[in-house]
Amino acid sequence: MRGAGPWGLKDDGFDKVMDLTGWLRLDWILVAVVGGWLLIGVAGVLGLRRFTFVSRVLFPAGGALGLLLFGLALGAIFGAPEVAVLPIGLPNLPFHLRLDSLSAFFLMVIGAVSAGISTFAAGYFRKAEGTPPGLLCLEYHVFLASMALVVLADDAYAFMVMWETMALSSYFLVTANHRVPEVRRAGYLYLTMAHIGAISILLCFGVLQANTGDYTFDNMRAQNLSPFWASVGFLLALLGFGAKAGLVPLHVWLPEAHPAAPSPVSALMSGVMLKTAIYGLLRVSFDLLQTRFWWWGGLLLALGLATALFGVVFAAVQVDMKRLLAYSSVENIGLVIASIGLALIFSGYGMKALAALALTAALYHVASHAFFKSLLFLCTGCVLHATAERSLGKLGGLIRYMPWVAWVTLIGVLTSAGLPPLGGFVSEWLLLQSFLFTPGLPDALLNMLIPAAAALVALVAALAGYTMVKFFGVIFLGRPREEKLAQAHDAGAWERVGMLWLVLGCVALGLAPVQFIQIIDPVTQQLLAAGLGRTVAASGWLLAPISVERASYGPVIFLIGVAASFALAFLMVRWFYHGRLRRSPAWDCGFPWQNARMQDTAEGFGQPIRQIFEPFFVMRRELPTPFDARPRYRVVVEDHFWGWIYLPLAALAERIARLVGLLQQGRISIYLLYSFVTLIAMLLVVKR
Amino acid sequence: MNIYGVISQALEIVVALALAPLLTGWVNQWRAWLQNKSAPSLWQPYRVLHKLFNKDSVVADHASPLFRAVPYIVFGCMALASSIVPTLSTDLPLAPAADAIALVGLFALARVFISLAAMDIGTSFGSLGARREMLIGFLAEPALLMVLFSASLISKSTSLTTMVEALAHQELAIYPALAFAGVAFTMVSLAENARVPVDNPATHLELTMIHEALILEYSGRHLALIEWAASLKLFAYSCIGLALFFPWGVAEADAPLALLLALPVLVGKLAIGGFLLAVLETLAAKMRIFRVPEFLAGAFLLAVIGMLVHILLAT
Repeated sequence: MRGAGPWGLKDDGFDKVMDLTGWLRLDWILVAVVGGWLLIGVAGVLGLRRFTFVSRVLFPAGGALGLLLFGLALGAIFGAPEVAVLPIGLPNLPFHLRLDSLSAFFLMVIGAVSAGISTFAAGYFRKAEGTPPGLLCLEYHVFLASMALVVLADDAYAFMVMWETMALSSYFLVTANHRVPEVRRAGYLYLTMAHIGAISILLCFGVLQANTGDYTFDNMRAQNLSPFWASVGFLLALLGFGAKAGLVPLHVWLPEAHPAAPSPVSALMSGVMLKTAIYGLLRVSFDLLQTRFWWWGGLLLALGLATALFGVVFAAVQVDMKRLLAYSSVENIGLVIASIGLALIFSGYGMKALAALALTAALYHVASHAFFKSLLFLCTGCVLHATAERSLGKLGGLIRYMPWVAWVTLIGVLTSAGLPPLGGFVSEWLLLQSFLFTPGLPDALLNMLIPAAAALVALVAALAGYTMVKFFGVIFLGRPREEKLAQAHDAGAWERVGMLWLVLGCVALGLAPVQFIQIIDPVTQQLLAAGLGRTVAASGWLLAPISVERASYGPVIFLIGVAASFALAFLMVRWFYHGRLRRSPAWDCGFPWQNARMQDTAEGFGQPIRQIFEPFFVMRRELPTPFDARPRYRVVVEDHFWGWIYLPLAALAERIARLVGLLQQGRISIYLLYSFVTLIAMLLVVKR
Repeated sequence: MNIYGVISQALEIVVALALAPLLTGWVNQWRAWLQNKSAPSLWQPYRVLHKLFNKDSVVADHASPLFRAVPYIVFGCMALASSIVPTLSTDLPLAPAADAIALVGLFALARVFISLAAMDIGTSFGSLGARREMLIGFLAEPALLMVLFSASLISKSTSLTTMVEALAHQELAIYPALAFAGVAFTMVSLAENARVPVDNPATHLELTMIHEALILEYSGRHLALIEWAASLKLFAYSCIGLALFFPWGVAEADAPLALLLALPVLVGKLAIGGFLLAVLETLAAKMRIFRVPEFLAGAFLLAVIGMLVHILLAT
């Protein structure tokens, strides 16, 4: 481990600071990227209403810094850990920072994805959307900087400060459009859930430091907790980070907050911020805690799968495109948590190589989800700007008016549906492969149960396909359901560049899994002392995590195979036959009075899901009678957890508040009486 | 990769492309006979393809480029699928590109594209078909995966060629797990290939149609490609079933004679399989769409039971 460049120095301070060659990656990240983002934010406030300056200069600069962070972090994954102590904060309580493979991996994701989103944002934000652009710029870049610092923090104090900064800055971003009451409500819910999570994380760190009073992560690593306290710490971490990640039943804020925020912010929250919760969970359970038990993994696996299934079933019945994506994020986070659970189970039994396989699947999914979900949220942003509609029931046929966005979305949709040869499939494949090894576990019960859980993963993946067909088909295909859609315009140049970058990520993650697993390898080496890097490198472009005989997947050959058959079929048809084409009205079994209202609606597309998974939903239907002159059909689908947990809790809180309210009579004499009684009581205590 | 590998790979693709319509014709012929009808010629599917390729393609006015690309994509997917399933030989250079899980992904890719194409025109039948197709897809996929899991737990591999080699060389060839998996696989194949209890391949212009509703707007060469792809899919599914449950007679590496022998064996196995399919379709009645989840959940449970049986017996 090497010491920090400019920070920890006592004697030869200034000269050394100016000597840039002595800087470590961590210093570059802190000064150039985090400092740069904060400076951009300040510049945004200075140019509060100068719209062109903010959008055309500041946001692209933030994107460039994201790219820089991506490059630096990529190098740092393979480097030795670096530490630094920042002398800011409270007296005698400096910030400890540490850059190791785990944090570098997440920094890389933050940098790469935010580069695309910032570039997109340069062309996205419009004037007069609630918050002035300069302020938005400040909040946005503070948000970015705090996320980077969360994964760098090496003591509980720095971590919590950054975690809270992240929550607050994102709260202000969510409520950017604060004149709408719904948005304010969503923001409030988000803030509440964020703080419940934060309290739990704080308590978790309290348990982990084991009464030593030293809150650095180094000290926590050194503690050898009893199984009971280790489990308490783990469960608190699960609660805290689960609230941020959207683990069922703590997911309720996601489908409210993500749609409320402006699209680049939704992209950032869904694509990047949720990953900091995954980071926290990994950091606590694999790094800070020295003992691990298989039942933690079992719990994570069960919760993760429940979350995934719940998320995807709800996503399939949504009629608001951004809510659909938010629920889809719940699903993906569930899959990641399930993979982590599997890794914990394997590592609890000391099967390190298999644990590394499952953890690789989790990290791979973290990266691919970051790319495709941001991409999809940005696409909804384009649609929203072009049509001013978020409801699927009023969209349709947009592939003709905004072809560019449509094709880009198609890539995101295919990745999200977990289809080969794109990024989403690789992680799913790795996860299923690791499930196939669970019969090797020494516990008979787990042997039986876990392979069946693989079926649930398969079901979730297939349902994701259903959801994504609905998402893409209803928005972009078919006929426009409203007349105004014919005026929809395609994305601007900045937006295109940003989205293309994210598309590139989806495709690269799909086609080059071997190379990307080399990047994940140091992370699993750090956490589990095992990795797939060497095995995978042995078979070239073919992904074979154990051996080629056991299982292999070659996305490049796969793509070439499909593309070659495509091209050959096309050429052969032209060669032997002809390429004649006639246009005519749609056939539809010869029914000539087709109109756009006869297409399947979003509700219609969700109907089989509502029927098959009925117990999942609270449904309220309003059905017309056959004699209605103006029939109205309405269905509202809600979440059971509101009725089960949140509304009773809210009622309880309100009742307690009312009881406390009885004390407050609003008359001076009563308050004087309180003081008097207190004084007497104190005197009695003192006198004893 | 050696010369035999390349030859057997090429042979396999050619055989799949050439024989797939024949299998469809064979099943149709037997079905007609079993139902006391006069049967179409065995070569009817080829004639239909030839006729369709010669016709002009009529495309709806507002169809997007996606609509025109999908037949080629679906055809490409199915061609790749039938070239990685070991039908004649297990010495296939392309096979490592996709194992059993990737094969399921490949079928899913084709399904997603064809459903998107059906929604593209914006007719009521198209989107209805897309919805139903995706419904059957998400019910069938987990069951199919569980079947493949059972087989790969036995053979300790998800690579199709290794699976076939391992299963063909088992001393005790009949596993109880495989029996469950076999029944489940048959049920899934019926659903995935739009066969009778789930969908009726002979239907047209009915409210209950699924596959036909999807491709209602296609004509000419596009329709020909889709029909061909559908036969390829039936062929590929039959071959997966044969490869997993009756793997004998498939040639292995460096065995040119066995390769020659493999073709008649395959044709024989497919002939029997096609006949059984026709019998099954004649005996069963088509079920309501909301019975299909129960049917496929049954398949899924059978597959899971098969897997559990294997794990129980193995420990």
